[in-house]
Amino acid sequence: MSAVVHDHSHGHEHGDHHGGYSGLMRWVTTTNHKDIGTMYLWFSFTMFLVGGVMALVIRAELFSPGLQIVDPDFFNQMTTMHGLIMVFGAIMPAFVGFANWLIPIQIGAPDMAFARMNNWSFWILPFAALLLILSFFAPGGAPGVGWTLYAPLTVQMGAGMDFTIFAIHLLGMSSIMGSINIITTILNMRAPGMTLMRMPLFCWTWLITAYLLVAVMPVLAGAVTMTLTDRHFGTSFFNAAGGGDPVLYQHIFWFFGHPEVYIIALPAFGVISQIIPAFSRKPLFGYASMVYATTAIAILSFIVWAHHMYTVGMPVTGQLFFMYATALIAVPTGVKVFNWVATMWKGSLTFETPMLFAIGFLFLFTLGGFTGLVLSMVPIDIQLHDTYYVVAHFHYVMVAGALFAAFGGVYFWLPKWTGRMYDETLGRIHFWLTMIFFNITFFVQHFSGLAGMPRRIPDYPLMFETWNNISSIGAFGFALSQLLFLYVVLKCIRSGAQAPEKPWEGADSLEWTHLPTPAPYHSFDPQPVLELEERP
Amino acid sequence: MRGSKALAVLAGLAAGAGSGAAHAIAWYFQTPASKMAQDIDTLHQVIMWIIVVIFVGVFGFMFYAIYAHRKSVGHKAAQFHENTTVEILWTVIPAIILVAIAWPATKVVIAQKDTSAADLTIKVTGYQWKWGYDYLRGEGEGISFVSMLTTPREQIEGGAPKGERYLLEVDHGMVVPVGKKVRVLTTAADVIHSWWIPAFGAKQDAIPGFVRDTWFRAEKTGTFRGQCVELCGEEHGFMPIVVRVVSEPEYAKGVGERKAMASRSAEDDTKALALAELVGRGEKVYAANCVACHQPTGRGAPPAFPPLAGSKVVNGPEQAQIDLVLNGKPNTAMQSFKQLSNTELAAVITFTRSSWGNKASDVQPAEIKARRK
Repeated sequence: MSAVVHDHSHGHEHGDHHGGYSGLMRWVTTTNHKDIGTMYLWFSFTMFLVGGVMALVIRAELFSPGLQIVDPDFFNQMTTMHGLIMVFGAIMPAFVGFANWLIPIQIGAPDMAFARMNNWSFWILPFAALLLILSFFAPGGAPGVGWTLYAPLTVQMGAGMDFTIFAIHLLGMSSIMGSINIITTILNMRAPGMTLMRMPLFCWTWLITAYLLVAVMPVLAGAVTMTLTDRHFGTSFFNAAGGGDPVLYQHIFWFFGHPEVYIIALPAFGVISQIIPAFSRKPLFGYASMVYATTAIAILSFIVWAHHMYTVGMPVTGQLFFMYATALIAVPTGVKVFNWVATMWKGSLTFETPMLFAIGFLFLFTLGGFTGLVLSMVPIDIQLHDTYYVVAHFHYVMVAGALFAAFGGVYFWLPKWTGRMYDETLGRIHFWLTMIFFNITFFVQHFSGLAGMPRRIPDYPLMFETWNNISSIGAFGFALSQLLFLYVVLKCIRSGAQAPEKPWEGADSLEWTHLPTPAPYHSFDPQPVLELEERP
Repeated sequence: MRGSKALAVLAGLAAGAGSGAAHAIAWYFQTPASKMAQDIDTLHQVIMWIIVVIFVGVFGFMFYAIYAHRKSVGHKAAQFHENTTVEILWTVIPAIILVAIAWPATKVVIAQKDTSAADLTIKVTGYQWKWGYDYLRGEGEGISFVSMLTTPREQIEGGAPKGERYLLEVDHGMVVPVGKKVRVLTTAADVIHSWWIPAFGAKQDAIPGFVRDTWFRAEKTGTFRGQCVELCGEEHGFMPIVVRVVSEPEYAKGVGERKAMASRSAEDDTKALALAELVGRGEKVYAANCVACHQPTGRGAPPAFPPLAGSKVVNGPEQAQIDLVLNGKPNTAMQSFKQLSNTELAAVITFTRSSWGNKASDVQPAEIKARRK
């Protein structure tokens, strides 16, 4: 999108632009999309560390067979909370943070559509997280049921289960409000000339993600509310003795849960689609097909949920339908991967940290996609369901997919956010450590899974020992590497070198072409009239 | 200690698949013992090879671009950004490959779902945390037993060296004849469990209140092991599944012995036993069946697992406690223990009624017999 710069509407660089408050109250009362984006990102990093410590407890216990560090009940609490915190506390808020920071400055809007609601959607999160963590201190501890919260095991849990249910309600409210804000902003607040098909792909992926969120978060809220009433008010939604069905819970949960996978993946696709063209110095290949593929993935994500449930005993027609529909997702996903590779093809490539993470994403996410294809086949899935193969698969998609994209995005936009450059050498070291330790941790889990190691067990037969040794060593290396990331970011904010006006030669979206670096506190007010070249 | 172990692991890997280690490293499916498991294995290998070829192709392009189209070697960026022919091709070709994979997969799915014409039907019930087996139809009809982990607690907690079958050994495994089609009905008493024997390619969730089915036909004799694969609470990692496949004559002999044993144990029900004898026996039954939830101290783990020490039920009328143990309590982890013999139940109830400060009357086998419905 090579733009003809017409209107440099620099923000007001002076005066009372933090809304009259300073210190902590500035952050509590802010309605500025950049402040809120920053808070989302710090919140998500904090939760990433909390969830990470839980993962280390799990890996430490699994280092060798036998029970050494925690008892099985606490182990189950760890797996449950690690999953919930990473999904709802770390990855989702990270991408909402990117959305807040970037969508207005990529479409030429002064702020998000509902600025006060934006503040509220963020400030719900710390309380939801607190409630989640408080469940550890309830009688009986946190729920030990897995992040999927399957009934009827949930009925046996203590009050920690109720804390978790209410935390999920709050997290869901926050997500829905954030999504409505994003949809409204994108549909109504684009600068004149910014047509939908000229938007950066990041905005497209978030628009579609926001629709997914609005569609499925209420479904999750329904599922956990039914769990709550089954627990306390004598209903029997999931209790066969009262006419209910435990499998109904799974259907409802995965009707949310599968689109949720794409809620996490699509914004990551968006970030990657910004980074790869920038460092290839070449326009994104197949922009229109990227938009169509993203839409196709989102629609298909609603009709594949029961592939998480091949072993519950579905009729043969059900198994076949979900197998075909699931395999079909490989087509639009393949289109995306091919487009990214074609963007790099005959480009003029450089390999700064954001590009390294994007290439790492491309390579490992595709690997995770392929194991997904293996798992889509009913008979193979029946062998691998609920084993470490599945654990390996979704960590390739969630960590090497979403997390790598988030890291790439942070390095890519840090100069725009802070006006300073990060330390390129340390950034590259962070990438390589993350890349190597990630694979040490998770690649071997494919083998333990194939060999039959069930997931969510605190102790295991001796034949799985070697893989678990290696995986635990990798996990500790991976965790330590993330402290380096924290150091790089802090060093950039405090003492990074002044960033040039356009730090990345090939970046061509509005925030790079129409705004100074760092982006001013108030931008695009009044909105510019854009004369963008037709996207061919 | 930890460090040296880590080093040993790395050294083992360097030496080539840990040839020095005491245990072979399992890295792939268990050797198939049924045609179904073999078909799944074949399907998996076919798909893996297709994936490897596509992976090498796609990333061959990417790494060539990384090598040849670098700015540092002076490559100038081309500005193309679409090519309709290529885009149609890379949409259509993957779709065709998928159809090619789906065809053989569909055949396996249909075979896997065909549970008709079974020679033997066995109901498998998942309990927290053990498996119950009831032979419903075919040779051995009427046999019923419970299968529990026998790995000693000391091995799990590190007080004793771990045996070769660590966490994969049970007191009574399922026994089936070789070459016969076995239909497995699964259900559960409390929460969802999942029954799995990898070597047979048979995995089926056991869902409370519902009956589901799967099947297998073992093609060779031997002992095959799996584990519960659906998170079912605290001891989820400690309820393995063992199936012993024996020749037909051996199976027939086993069925005969089992029936003879069952009629013998029915006789002792009428005999009254001394308190010390009941308590002694009851302590063993408690250790095998109750201790995971109610704990060795009898204090339980509230709120899910109530204490027995000082409990109103345990110190109350005999009949109420007998009914609770025989029938379980709906919507709680307390399941029915009616699979235990009258003597075992009398012993364990008496044990709880006279331990941890409880001082209630003893219970005799005849009383249990009278309360059975």
